[in-house]
Amino acid sequence: MTEIPESDDNLTAVASPRTAPASPVAPVVDLTEAESQVARSVALVPSPRTNRPERLDLEPAEQELRRGDVDAYGRSEHIRELARRLYDPMYKHWFRAEWEGLEHIPEDGGALLVANHAGAIPADAPVIMHGIETELHRPVYGLAENLFRAIPFVGTMWSRLGGVAAHPDNAYRLLKDDRQLVLVFPEGTKGTGKVYRDRYKLHRFGRAGFIEIAMRSGVPVIPIAVVGNEEAMPIMFKSRRLAALTNLPYFPVTANMLALGPLGAGVYFPAKFRMRVLPPVHFDVAPDQERYPRAQVMAESDRIRDAIQDALYDMLRTRRSVWFG
Amino acid sequence: MRILVTGLGTFWGSHLAQRLEAYPEVEMIVGLDTDEPCLPLERTEFVKADSNYSILDRIVRATQVDTILHTHLVVGSTELPGRALHEINVIGTMNLLAAAGAAGSPVRKVIVKSSTLTYGANYKDPYFFRESMPRTRAPRTRVERSLLEAASFVRDFAIDNPHVTVTKLRFTNVLGDDVTTPFSRALRLPLAPEILGFDPRMQFTHEDDVTGALVYATRNDVPGIFNIAGDGTLPWSEVCAIVGRRRIALPPVLTQWAVEPLRLARIIDLPPEVLSVLRYGRAVDNSPFKQSGFRYQYSTAGTVDAFARSLRLETAVGSNSPSYRYERDVETFFRHSPAIVRDQG
Repeated sequence: MTEIPESDDNLTAVASPRTAPASPVAPVVDLTEAESQVARSVALVPSPRTNRPERLDLEPAEQELRRGDVDAYGRSEHIRELARRLYDPMYKHWFRAEWEGLEHIPEDGGALLVANHAGAIPADAPVIMHGIETELHRPVYGLAENLFRAIPFVGTMWSRLGGVAAHPDNAYRLLKDDRQLVLVFPEGTKGTGKVYRDRYKLHRFGRAGFIEIAMRSGVPVIPIAVVGNEEAMPIMFKSRRLAALTNLPYFPVTANMLALGPLGAGVYFPAKFRMRVLPPVHFDVAPDQERYPRAQVMAESDRIRDAIQDALYDMLRTRRSVWFG
Repeated sequence: MRILVTGLGTFWGSHLAQRLEAYPEVEMIVGLDTDEPCLPLERTEFVKADSNYSILDRIVRATQVDTILHTHLVVGSTELPGRALHEINVIGTMNLLAAAGAAGSPVRKVIVKSSTLTYGANYKDPYFFRESMPRTRAPRTRVERSLLEAASFVRDFAIDNPHVTVTKLRFTNVLGDDVTTPFSRALRLPLAPEILGFDPRMQFTHEDDVTGALVYATRNDVPGIFNIAGDGTLPWSEVCAIVGRRRIALPPVLTQWAVEPLRLARIIDLPPEVLSVLRYGRAVDNSPFKQSGFRYQYSTAGTVDAFARSLRLETAVGSNSPSYRYERDVETFFRHSPAIVRDQG
């Protein structure tokens, strides 16, 4: 982040002793429960639900003015729906994804989904998002590196498909104000950049920012262990020189490339995907605090990391085949 | 309430003064500018001043104003050469606040009309800027730097003068029937410019909400910094669709060079700070000002729709904004001549 010579914080602080500090959590749009016909036709869930997310559903008058369904985070349900239709064969027949513990994901309200991450082009995010959206009929927003936003076409498509730049405030709004499901991979590019021999060994969970986000938004963390993904496009070697040359976080040579040649850059091995949703982790802290004790944040992060790691080992113990599960 | 408006000759200064004249609690309005007002004003006194307000100290003491509305911050890179921009935004604000904070000054409220340009637009940005959030990239254009410098004067003034209510309003891209902004110009073209591969989230404020917010801050005490933007966001492609414009793509690389011929041909001038909005978009959290009690008349989609309507009317009947020319003698006659019958009931 660039240092700015001037910060206006002081003006608010000095000039506003008379008014109470504005709460950052007020609804930004006064939304009613009523949905217009248009809203219903584009809504993911056909039946009316209680506790509609604020700001993401529009008032009828507003809906009439709209020509598209791109929401405040850039996600479009139309485009998601199309993508789900295209991705469904991949999900069902290639990866043959199976879930256990889906009942741990709430039907309503915000929750932060946390999973292990791997693969040169990670398949875990689309599979988890696709799975939850088709099984639970709830949208999932995936947090990712903000660098995506800078790439033409890719950035736009990524955002229409539910990708959100991983800024803490974006996550807070989605979880707290809009009560949505947010998916995050705390390992980040360290997870996707790991090589085959390190498969299913969780990397460190960064600075545990995701715990602070969940605490501040007052939502539970729901850990998800993903098995199969780490064999779908495993990295055999990494070229540091090519990474530096191409300005990428890592430059992978995958097993797929070795087996299939250039085609392997985009084709996954048909590994069997199993996802286990672990019980939600609730934090016994007040939301909206300026900061949370570092020790507690790190301890919670380690606890969740261990839970995912244990679940992975447990699932791998019962797995007979990489391809057939 | 005795009010001083800077930049009376600008669109905003004139419109604001016109609206303030309607309130009986407003005893008098003095307007400063180098240019004459662009709207007929009933009782606003116009003082022709230089752009950096060197006579301000005398005016403040002589008129005993208690409220200063600083509407004269230039927010377009290409409106003025750099020197003039600096004079108005930086030196002008400095002199204005120096006069307002002088010993024995009657000023109790200062309202500054600023812009969300101060946040910039970058891929690292949060999706909704809160007032307390810093920009994520150092300012590159002169107008952004001058606004940040002016902001530092406002902040210092607020610290040094705790008895003065200081409000700073940061306005997002404005559209409306009459006002001309880079985006209104872009949407008036037969083909609206876009950057290939980008479809950013945009927010707009209606011109009536701009004056509305300034009037609200004048009549109520709302100290602090506030974002002003219509509710909701729209992708640029949808903005163009509502206005009924096809888009023409500018290259995503070397965009700055690609728009240079357009500028030279006087087709459209897209300064760097507008191009970065067309690339990454910018949205702000407008909830604190709403919590202070302000009600918007238009959402972002409502603003774009209203603009589309006025554009259609304009296409049908031509420009319908009344032209007005300030005539000093006429104004003086109507305001001060004993021949005018006042108190007509």
